[in-house]
Amino acid sequence: MSGLDELYREVILDHYRNPRKQGTLQGDHVHAEGNNPSCGDEFFLDVAVADGVITDAAMRGQGCSISQASGSMMMDKIIGMSIDDVRDLTHQFKLMMSIEEGDNPVDPEKPGSVLGDLEALQGVRKFPVRIKCADLAWTTLADALDQATE
Amino acid sequence: MTDLSALRSDFPILEREVNGHPLVYLDSAATTQKPQSVLDAMDDYYRRHNSNVHRGAHTLAGEATEMYEDARGKVARFIGSASDQLVFTRGATSALNFIAYGWGLNHLSAGDKIIVTIMEHHANIVPWQLVAKHTGAELVYLELNDDFTVDTSTLDSILSPEVKVVSFSGMSNVTGALGPIDILSDAARSVGAISVLDAAQLVPHSPVDVAALDVDFLAFSAHKMLGPTGIGAMWGKKERLEEMEPTEGGGEMINTVDRHESTWAPVPHKFEAGTPPIAEAIGFGAATEYLETVGMDVIEAHEREITAYALERLASVPDLTLYGPLDVSLRGGAVSFELGDVHPHDLATILDQDGIAVRAGHHCARPLMKYLGIPATARASFYLYNVPEEVDLMVESLHKARKLFGLT
Repeated sequence: MSGLDELYREVILDHYRNPRKQGTLQGDHVHAEGNNPSCGDEFFLDVAVADGVITDAAMRGQGCSISQASGSMMMDKIIGMSIDDVRDLTHQFKLMMSIEEGDNPVDPEKPGSVLGDLEALQGVRKFPVRIKCADLAWTTLADALDQATE
Repeated sequence: MTDLSALRSDFPILEREVNGHPLVYLDSAATTQKPQSVLDAMDDYYRRHNSNVHRGAHTLAGEATEMYEDARGKVARFIGSASDQLVFTRGATSALNFIAYGWGLNHLSAGDKIIVTIMEHHANIVPWQLVAKHTGAELVYLELNDDFTVDTSTLDSILSPEVKVVSFSGMSNVTGALGPIDILSDAARSVGAISVLDAAQLVPHSPVDVAALDVDFLAFSAHKMLGPTGIGAMWGKKERLEEMEPTEGGGEMINTVDRHESTWAPVPHKFEAGTPPIAEAIGFGAATEYLETVGMDVIEAHEREITAYALERLASVPDLTLYGPLDVSLRGGAVSFELGDVHPHDLATILDQDGIAVRAGHHCARPLMKYLGIPATARASFYLYNVPEEVDLMVESLHKARKLFGLT
């Protein structure tokens, strides 16, 4: 697969064109906003937390396919997870994207990564200037979780 | 078409490959590539003449000073000015900040108005916002016609004795639209306001003669006209420069310094505090020599032709929307577009894989983007070294992007 085919996998384009959980939450929730000032990508996130578990979440934003697909795939994954598990997932994601130091958890020799569909974003690693696009949703999520656990 | 392709061999970087393809550099509105003569001029300075400028008694200091001031003369002549009206700055941005702070802070008060256009670069918006905050003055925007040119029909209702500054771009870095320079400088004069021309995109691409323009200030950058980064120029009418306060104090810019008071060196040195970027000034001078040798008329004609060709070819790409005048007499060579729902950043990545450098984003013009109702565009921009074959390669790559994103 060429670098571009690896970057723009079908699942990524599907999330870009049909982003999950678009909108805002009613009722108790925390709200966080992230943007990349250099490129104008924006990400708005509402997260509802009860007893340490994410019960619901909603996103809005605009930006490139990588930033929006990463957010949409994140929504698919985090609802129903405990905050601790989401923090671990975030760490695994950042390891995969080489944003945090450590081995890439997505290793064909060692199956069992917790990332699932998010592994499709691995192709971004080969495009260092685009890594911040994939990271935008996750940085915003970390902000939201910090608020929820304050 | 004006054939300048022989010039390409003067630019060493154009020989390199990017991602396995020959570099197709279509990002000159952001910064231009440098010819060997500019690189040589800077290298020669560091190898043979390096010294601090002014007040040195030794030989090297004399040579460096002469080369620095000689460069000022070259850049000044390039825009039809005398040397003593040309102030070296860090770039067009710092020149506009100098004008906003050095002139604006001392001449604006609450209720005054600063007219700008909605197509300005942040460099011609934010300094005025900062000064407006200090003084209580207010920014007033001119908007656009359907063809992306500045709508001056609202001027009559805006012009009043409260208008003290009219500051505008000579050419939009996003749409390529040329600014209505004469209309706006006349308007400024009619109410006793100063006119400020952001010429960062104009001076590199068109013949500019300050004597014919009749604006009060003009700002431009070396790196957008084959010169190095880190240097640009503020040109001003003599009386405006005289009535302006320096915004930076330090060495080089003083006449005398006492414990509590100082007096300033004459213009232009009054504005050049500290050791200036000497090699960069010399490179800037060499860049203007290169451009003069080719001829600004020739460069302008070449860009108009390649822009016309690009507009025609881009119009043939399905799902592509152009943002800028279609009439090449109203515009320069910065061409902004969108391709269906392929985000401009994705487009830039895809083109980069074919070695094609275009820029994507809001191009430091968020108010314009909001006005146009779009978050970002992709932008190809042309200069004297670009050839039509590069437009063809870009169009080919755009078709590849359509396929990759499943546009039919």
